[in-house]
Amino acid sequence: MIPLKDVVQVLLGDESVKESWQYIIVNYRIPKAIVAVLVGAGLGVSGLLMQTLFRNPLAGPYVLGLSSGASLGVAIVILGASLFGGALGQFLVTKWSLIIASSGGSFLVLLAVVIVSSRVKDTMAILIIGLMFASVTAALVSVLSYFSTAEELQRYIFWSFGSLGNLTWNELTILFTAFVIGIGLTIYSIKSLNVLLLGDNYAQSLGLNIKKHRFILILATSVLAGSITAFVGPIAFVGLAVPHLTKLFFDTSNHRVLVPAVLLSGSILLLLCDSISQLPMSEFTLPINAVTSLFGAPVVIWLLVRKKKLFV
Amino acid sequence: MNGLKKHIALKVDKLSIGYQTKKSQTIVAENINFELAKGELIGLIGANGIGKSTLLKTITKSLKALDGGISVNGKSLEAISNMTLAKEVSVVLTENVSQTNLSVLELIALGRQPYTNWIGTLSEEDEIKTKAAIEAIQITDLIHKKCFELSDGQLQKVMLARALAQDTDIIILDEPTTHLDLYHKVSVLKLLQKLAKETQKTILFSTHEINVTLSLCDKVIVIKEKTTHFGSPKALIEENAFDDLFPKDLVVFNAESGSFKIK
Repeated sequence: MIPLKDVVQVLLGDESVKESWQYIIVNYRIPKAIVAVLVGAGLGVSGLLMQTLFRNPLAGPYVLGLSSGASLGVAIVILGASLFGGALGQFLVTKWSLIIASSGGSFLVLLAVVIVSSRVKDTMAILIIGLMFASVTAALVSVLSYFSTAEELQRYIFWSFGSLGNLTWNELTILFTAFVIGIGLTIYSIKSLNVLLLGDNYAQSLGLNIKKHRFILILATSVLAGSITAFVGPIAFVGLAVPHLTKLFFDTSNHRVLVPAVLLSGSILLLLCDSISQLPMSEFTLPINAVTSLFGAPVVIWLLVRKKKLFV
Repeated sequence: MNGLKKHIALKVDKLSIGYQTKKSQTIVAENINFELAKGELIGLIGANGIGKSTLLKTITKSLKALDGGISVNGKSLEAISNMTLAKEVSVVLTENVSQTNLSVLELIALGRQPYTNWIGTLSEEDEIKTKAAIEAIQITDLIHKKCFELSDGQLQKVMLARALAQDTDIIILDEPTTHLDLYHKVSVLKLLQKLAKETQKTILFSTHEINVTLSLCDKVIVIKEKTTHFGSPKALIEENAFDDLFPKDLVVFNAESGSFKIK
């Protein structure tokens, strides 16, 4: 373990500390902490956007099949690389192609969900449709894995465990750029999010261009959920649990409060989960997905069992 | 006053309403004509499923008119952008908003959306208009409550205050009196009557309360399967406009009391 005093010294730019420690902190610990912040904040916000867009407290990137869509995109890239072969195969394994595939996958699933939801008014049906998309993509992934090599399969499975580490500063820049785009679109949408709380008809009567704003929200959600899933794998429950914890804590539906609050609590929560997954004082590192699920599932159950109302 | 030509806020001319899909057209009602003046309270009456909601949706541009014209303050509805329309027509719908955790004040302030900046900051004028709406409806004691804590009657008043804060010439309400007991029905409609007189707004609402509507409204629109009637309550009763509103096997209209009686 690196003593706290030395950690602070490295952070302050003191070069007298052991070089290997400096290397670990600068190239491993700091990027990981930043990734945790981006992932927690980004997934939390994308869950918040989904809940308001669908006016459904149970919506979230994972529940609506966005993460599955992203998984399918990544599966096609990783597992399908050998099928395409040659230069295309080479291109397909770069990080950029992962992001494009993953964002594209989540975008397509979300688009499909939105198209279906414009025809089906029942919100329960939308959630079931999201689950159906998830199982279809899971089936496609298993078909793909049947035809892929053991090496590719291993790579995919490790990706699906989720990991906040392993990102270089370069990749972090890419993730950060996607994050800024997604959050920028969200901030631009704060006003329309508030009026969408009243439903489409009221929103329209207040002069909102619903099609345009719905598209922007879908875009923001898929950029956030897609890029995050591409780099760290499908992280479960954060998108659903963070907005609800924030809504409970801040006791409002006003997005001028909720958006910054979700950014904050998402960051804190994932930093906490990451610390737990490191298992302090031991050599083990749990997959981050296991930690968020162990934390998230009880939260969702608690939310459903509790008598108090669930808010959009 | 009667000598002056009244300012017409909403004019509907040979209107056909219904649903248009790529393949077919379902006409719900046709040849609807009326002119609603400033400061009038107008009730819209018709049996279930006859097209009251469809008509209101068409007037608020949620649905396309199949044929005929609608004009708001002299301008054709088609030529008005959603944003401009939001400053001329506000609505109170039957949709449930109590799923949200907004305070009453926040909800009413949402009525100022068409006027606020890109992130929705309330200007001084917005604050004043919001406050005026709250005072006009007399719900000052409710403003710090959450929407989900309100009774149906209170919620209806809050939604009306929201529409009032939107500061439009025309307010349209879709069945504002459903779920309310007789006392609250009358109190909401009385409030609408007072608002129309005092603020000179045009207020149009759909309802099943024939008796109360006939005694409180300036004008009444009656939609029936074949025809639409429009006029003052007295004129419509004289025209026997209500006689065939419903199938005649169970209820009949009594012109003297202005209400339906069970056979």
